[in-house]
Amino acid sequence: MTTTTASADVIRVSVPPRSFRSELRAMKIVWRREMIRFFNDRMRIATALVQPLLFLFVLGSGLQRLSSAGTHGVDLKTFIYPGVLCISVMFTAMFSAASIVWDREFGFLREMMVAPVRRSSIVIGKALGGATVASFQGVIMICLAGTVHVPYDPVLIIGILAIQALLAFSITSFGLMVAVRIKQMQSFMGVMQMIVMPMFFISGALFPLAGLPAWLAVLNRVDPLTYAVDPMRRLVFSHLDISPAARHALDPGLTWGSWHVPALLEVAMVALLGLALLSIAIWEFSTTE
Amino acid sequence: MIEVDHLRKNFNDVEAVRGVSFEVAPGEVFGFLGPNGAGKTTTINMLCTLAKPTSGRALVAGHDVVKERDAVRRNIGLVFQDPTLDGYLTAEQNLRLHAELYGVAAALVPGRMRQMLEMVGLWERRDSAVMTFSGGMRRRLEIARGLMHSPRVLFLDEPTIGLDPQTRSSIWSYIRTLRETEEITIFMTTHYMDEAEYCDRIAIMDQGEIVALDSPQTLKASVGADRVRIETDDNEAAIQALREHFGVEARVAEGAVMFAVPGGEEFVPRLFADLDVPIRAVSVARPSLDDVFMKYTGTTIRDAEQSSAQARNRVAMQMFAGGRR
Repeated sequence: MTTTTASADVIRVSVPPRSFRSELRAMKIVWRREMIRFFNDRMRIATALVQPLLFLFVLGSGLQRLSSAGTHGVDLKTFIYPGVLCISVMFTAMFSAASIVWDREFGFLREMMVAPVRRSSIVIGKALGGATVASFQGVIMICLAGTVHVPYDPVLIIGILAIQALLAFSITSFGLMVAVRIKQMQSFMGVMQMIVMPMFFISGALFPLAGLPAWLAVLNRVDPLTYAVDPMRRLVFSHLDISPAARHALDPGLTWGSWHVPALLEVAMVALLGLALLSIAIWEFSTTE
Repeated sequence: MIEVDHLRKNFNDVEAVRGVSFEVAPGEVFGFLGPNGAGKTTTINMLCTLAKPTSGRALVAGHDVVKERDAVRRNIGLVFQDPTLDGYLTAEQNLRLHAELYGVAAALVPGRMRQMLEMVGLWERRDSAVMTFSGGMRRRLEIARGLMHSPRVLFLDEPTIGLDPQTRSSIWSYIRTLRETEEITIFMTTHYMDEAEYCDRIAIMDQGEIVALDSPQTLKASVGADRVRIETDDNEAAIQALREHFGVEARVAEGAVMFAVPGGEEFVPRLFADLDVPIRAVSVARPSLDDVFMKYTGTTIRDAEQSSAQARNRVAMQMFAGGRR
């Protein structure tokens, strides 16, 4: 198997000093790896869809029979649709972040750790990869809008995509922050379940924010996911043709005391939180040997 | 190419590496030999910038492993003991990813990749997912990947551990090919004695220290004499005759007469001519690196491994007991 190539024919390459361009290239290849792996894994695409579909169609159709008076004639599926748009990207983003734990278990993380690039490039590549994968999952959910009486309006679709991408990015960053510390897959999944499930239930993805018991209202305002679900709901409801009473009951908007928090501020908070979590993840990742 | 000066690494109270110093010349194949737990991997990790030395200094390809971490990383290739491939990607995708991470000029990647894959005999399998590969194929692919960016120093940490003899010998043939075709220095660790003989020089490491460093031939010569083993009808008479005629002290071991003489092969004809005790069988053994290891550490590499494993177990037991209290 020894090659017959004389030494003159050997292609010699060189590794250039670190530059902004090389960091971008590293980021891009880490991102691309997430893409390749996601699209190779049809199972993952399919299974990640099951949960949002269950919520939307099973829970939505089932509970409709109890709550038709409370929703003022609006289909319950339509009401929870914005919440389901959020959770669908949320769970996918969480799984994407878990890949760093897998990478560690299978040793691949080491290959990236010894490369002559900044650790931040690797973490950012991972976060963007996770966000892209999750957003792709979101696109499938957007396609279902018609089945729950939500119009296919270009402005609405772009808005949904933007909020989903932002949420996916923040959740992936959160997941990465946790994943850097946790060395075992079982523990990671346990921790994420413990944090993500309460966040999801408290966020108001499945109930309106008006008239909650005081304790739940407080928890709800503290839950970061609330600030993604609420603007998503406002966005979707602004494109629905429903009675003012229904709008008032189902989409009251988030308040701090008596102050209505603007949707843009909510979105900005999600973005800032995501960046903060990403910075922590980068810092943690850079300080490990 | 590598300069190491009083390099030391402590893990809490344990001194894993106790101030080692050595130099490796450009183009050399340098072997680190020692039992598991001797500090070989810790040393390699410090040279690869994966672990920070507690004290001391090391230069790799002219760069300090602590202060110029990136410069060192650009110039080295690594093949670890444990696999670090992405099993879901194909062989080609793994190499491409590596080239991108190292910033290799895109135009050169396909050619370099083909050469490396051909060298390790995996060109035909480039489009297969790595998880379908056998252990030997994966190790070969790791070597190809470690070479993708034309490193000046290639670090191989136990490159042949757990592999079948055929793969082991092909890995050694790649290393010989590399010496001819690339300007590369190879630094490897092993605990297979027979493999150490392929190195230009070897350092024997035991309990965090280098106990001997030289070429395999010189080290073997330092052990001295060849060992001769004869089977006779009357061992006692043979021992006495050996003492009287040749001034050689022999002893009986495993039912045969054993003794050590310099130049054993030349000694045997004289033995037949002058010894009046009939000889049924004779064998001459040159000193092996096993003997070298024995001489410098006072134990065989297998025994050394056992005792260090026992020591590790004791530590683990204590930690376990401590944690429960």
